[in-house]
Amino acid sequence: MEFKTHISVQNLDVFYGTERALKDITVDIPDKKITVIIGPSGCGKTTLLKSFNRLVDSMDEVKVSGKVFLDGENIFDPKVEITHIRKKMGLLSQKPFPLPMSIYDNVAYGPRIHGIRDKKELGRIVEHYLKQSSLWDEVKDRLHAPASRLSLGQQQRLCLARGLAVEPEIILGDEPTSALDPKSSQRIEQRFLELKREYTIVIVTHILRQAMRLADYVVFLYLGELIEHGPAEDILVDPKEEMTKEYIKGIIS
Amino acid sequence: MSRRNIEENVFKGLMVVSTLIILSTLVLILATVTVKGLPALNLAMITQTPKGGYYLGKEGGVLNAIVGSLYLAGGATLLAISISLVVVLYLNVYAKKDSHLAAFTRFSFDVLWGIPSIVYGAFGFTIMIFFGLRTSLLAGIIAVSLLILPIMSRAMDEVIRMVPEELFDASYALGATRLETAFKVIARQALPGILTAVLVAFGRGIGDAASVIFTAGFTDSIPYSLFRPAATLPLAIFFQLGTPIPEVQDRAYASALILTVIILIISVVSRILTKKFTKHIVK
Repeated sequence: MEFKTHISVQNLDVFYGTERALKDITVDIPDKKITVIIGPSGCGKTTLLKSFNRLVDSMDEVKVSGKVFLDGENIFDPKVEITHIRKKMGLLSQKPFPLPMSIYDNVAYGPRIHGIRDKKELGRIVEHYLKQSSLWDEVKDRLHAPASRLSLGQQQRLCLARGLAVEPEIILGDEPTSALDPKSSQRIEQRFLELKREYTIVIVTHILRQAMRLADYVVFLYLGELIEHGPAEDILVDPKEEMTKEYIKGIIS
Repeated sequence: MSRRNIEENVFKGLMVVSTLIILSTLVLILATVTVKGLPALNLAMITQTPKGGYYLGKEGGVLNAIVGSLYLAGGATLLAISISLVVVLYLNVYAKKDSHLAAFTRFSFDVLWGIPSIVYGAFGFTIMIFFGLRTSLLAGIIAVSLLILPIMSRAMDEVIRMVPEELFDASYALGATRLETAFKVIARQALPGILTAVLVAFGRGIGDAASVIFTAGFTDSIPYSLFRPAATLPLAIFFQLGTPIPEVQDRAYASALILTVIILIISVVSRILTKKFTKHIVK
């Protein structure tokens, strides 16, 4: 299978204080595919994901070196406008965090801060993305109700709609189903499989079965080091490295 | 009975006693003010300015002080909000967690909190002289806002620190700037707590006598300009109690009752408002 690169990580190092969370990572994330980052807890999966939209910046005493190229632009270049980078990516966190406002305003938040004021246009955007995240039918009669009243599964789909509404190229998911019940998780996974036609998707997960269901490309990290990466059928079925084999067999956890 | 059971019971007993002390203090104050103040309270008290000057006459009312206090505490609260909110959002959104400036600012608020209000009064007086101001509503507002600033800021800081990190990230991830995140998301999430902070500060401001004694001055008439002196309820109580005339002393309790009722009304209204705003809060 041929892959076109969307995000290119080159020699990325991340330090928290003196602790080296990522060690010299070089990997290409393929365009319009689902890339799954796997590895045991504390191996740097989330750090790698948060490097892509520079949310690592807000961590304490963080130091980053190396480059991450997105559309040919190094996102760690000091001249880069950070809001511009982040607009290109939607983020789903472990636990859904709706903004403290109505369902409608949650989805309209992104478009509004990026300059869309027209009411009709906003209404169209909200409807479109709520439909795309398959939440519309459940909330169309109470768009102005507080988002905090939705169930967790609905909140996560709302967060997906909210992220899609800024028209990103990439969707980042940090264990996006870990707080959800199996039914809600399944709905999120289905969304991903449909969305990968238009978006590059990167998901962190520690659920191997989920990786098997979703992944086109797999990145395996262990203690901040990139052990192995490649197409899903290679890594998950026939890994080259001993450590990957053990992890997939369930020995390292 | 085992030793652990005795410990448990002793502690429960202490809790009951402490609670009773607090409650009985509140009840006794309210009872004193009501029992002594209610007979002296009449419509004229709240609709007329004093007759006979300096509250010495037994006629008229304390409308000058009621309006003065509301203007003064209201003005000081608005001034303090505009400073506190900016400082607190800076501390929590812009400053790094390990920032020395942030730590020092928080420490300063703690120190300022402990300074007696008479010192704020004296300090306000010095500023007033420096700028060539006379005793006036404006000078009073400045002194009281200095007094309530640390109280309000520290209370706001505590609630905004409780806002989960992920909520900041959710907003940043959509490409929002820090300013947008601060005002559109964080301030909204913390709104009920911010309202409480404002209320506590207002209550402290409207009830304080020492900070206004040198700065706001005194007048028998309702203040109509920022640059004119303004009467206040705490000082009205102070002056009335200080007279040798028993009828006027009784009126001090009526003034105290009015002040208490104002604070009560504001507490209730803000509770209702707070409830209204909590519906959007994300847990």
